[in-house]
Amino acid sequence: MSRINNAAEAQPNLPESNTPVHTKVKPGFPMRKGKKPSKKPGQKGFWNRMSKQKALLLMSFPFVIWLVIFKYIPVAGWVMAFQDYKAQFSIFDQEWVGFKHFKDLFNEPMFYRALENTLGMGILSLVFGTLFAIAFALLLNEVRFLTLKKWTQTISYLPHFVSWVIVANIVITMLSPEGIVNNLLVSIGLLDSPINFMAKPDMFWGIVTAADVWKETGWNAIIYLAAMAGVDPQLYEAAKVDGASRWRQMWHITLPSIRPVIIVLLILNIGNLINIGFEKQMLLGNNIVAEKALVIDLYALDYGIGMFRYSFGTAIGIFKSVISIILILICNGFAKRIGEGRVF
Amino acid sequence: MKKRKWTTFDIFLTLFMLFVVVITLYPFLNILAISLNNAVDTAKGGIHIWPRDFTYANYQEIFGSNDRLLQAFFMSILRTIVGTIAGIIASTMLAYVLSRRDFVFNGLVGFLLVLTMFISGGLIPEYMLIRQLGLINDFGVYIWPMLISAFNVIIIRSFMDNLPSALEESAKMDGANDFTIFTRIIVPLCLPVIATIALFLAVMQWNSWFDTYLYARSNETLTTLQFELMKILDNANISSGDITSQNAEIVAGQTNPQSIKMAITIIATVPILMIYPFLQKYFVTGLTLGAVKS
Repeated sequence: MSRINNAAEAQPNLPESNTPVHTKVKPGFPMRKGKKPSKKPGQKGFWNRMSKQKALLLMSFPFVIWLVIFKYIPVAGWVMAFQDYKAQFSIFDQEWVGFKHFKDLFNEPMFYRALENTLGMGILSLVFGTLFAIAFALLLNEVRFLTLKKWTQTISYLPHFVSWVIVANIVITMLSPEGIVNNLLVSIGLLDSPINFMAKPDMFWGIVTAADVWKETGWNAIIYLAAMAGVDPQLYEAAKVDGASRWRQMWHITLPSIRPVIIVLLILNIGNLINIGFEKQMLLGNNIVAEKALVIDLYALDYGIGMFRYSFGTAIGIFKSVISIILILICNGFAKRIGEGRVF
Repeated sequence: MKKRKWTTFDIFLTLFMLFVVVITLYPFLNILAISLNNAVDTAKGGIHIWPRDFTYANYQEIFGSNDRLLQAFFMSILRTIVGTIAGIIASTMLAYVLSRRDFVFNGLVGFLLVLTMFISGGLIPEYMLIRQLGLINDFGVYIWPMLISAFNVIIIRSFMDNLPSALEESAKMDGANDFTIFTRIIVPLCLPVIATIALFLAVMQWNSWFDTYLYARSNETLTTLQFELMKILDNANISSGDITSQNAEIVAGQTNPQSIKMAITIIATVPILMIYPFLQKYFVTGLTLGAVKS
């Protein structure tokens, strides 16, 4: 999960407003920002400037081509969803079939199972991921022994940087019948004999969520900790004078102070609810739990590429994008209504 | 600062933090211990954070007797190096062009870039594109599709936006062209942000396995550590058949795919640990800046 990245993606519209103040202070040192084309405007100026910017043109041209090929041609590939794509013809000579693939999709019971699994695991990860990150950040923020605080934080986001392949291996090893989790549960008497967690379909959502929480809690807490660092210390002093306990300070000062951050991140994550990917499910899943592990992306992968139903697979992708856009718009509208500011 | 009395709450916090440290580190230590333990002995269970029957056999298997795993190790390194360098060159150059507000196509290029953060073609059209481009089973599939990320370019550009332009102006008066200004002045000044993005790209390249799975599965020379690990995981899930030992001489009774899996896990984790101090320094400051802004 790249919650944090997503959060930071909202940033592009911000950097514009950094420098003008500085430029005014030191007119002799114009910042790059403030640089304006010095020649007179107009068509002649345009060609004039362009001929002087040959190096810039050459430096950007290859990447514009790259963007078109690798980012925009796949979007144009959406037309495949409205065709009966056959590999032997070019994309211009395909038979048009309208919404046939979408109708097929909505008549497929497997699709609803995939949707249920995707939203189920998405919501679980969202709820527990957020709760654990906030709780961990709150507690870490209270630690007075700075060495402990620093080391715990540093160690807590180590799992964020290792791949899901490694995390899946770790989870499977720990949960295996010989693994530590079974050992502990048996030795404290909660289980009579070790169970094979990975072969229990009903536990699969929980295992994926737990793995996600283990991997990302430390990382997701960083952003909350940063927000907590900005809380005015005078508020705590005042609360102390009033005799508030540290629990009450956390509840009445720290939490309300980071509310805007929580809401912005929640909105971004709800917008991505359907984009949970497939890595965890693919790596942790197996034949026994397959019906609980099938998520939309895996479904598209199996049907679209595995069975060569390219048009059908593309239709799944379009469905996903549409849902995602709708979710983002709803959340955005909701955020505006409750007055926390729009994200976009 | 005056000394405060330790309350129950402080003791609870300390214990809780130690608990977090233990549940984060234990799995790694456990896997390290298993990877250094005799495979047959491991099957008896009970290995925690210290090997019982110490052996290097699992690592010897990877670096000595198994050509494919050694190949995978070098391919992981190669794709990380090439992918990172290519990505850095591309993102920095594009960021410079976009930082030049006087560039005639600034708006257009910026728009094309930022739009990619909001729309994507999806799995199937991307797969078809890679196939059309002939990148299936080609090393290029590790480099081309992830050459540029809009997010990275924007980070570099905002760093460049805050550089003073005096140096650049004087270079221009001396008759330097835009490309020279870029390589001689801008790049050296941007080294901190370039280091950040380089780490970002390196971690991404080192950790990826899905592109191998989807696009380079049938080319053995392109296999990576992450993909080999994924195959063992996948295989252990489906049947008892074992991929690792197919064309390998297993050191008699000392190792098996499950233990080799642990050794691969450790080898795939160590580089992350090695760059971890740097990761921490750059990533966290970058992330925190972004967080405070938004």
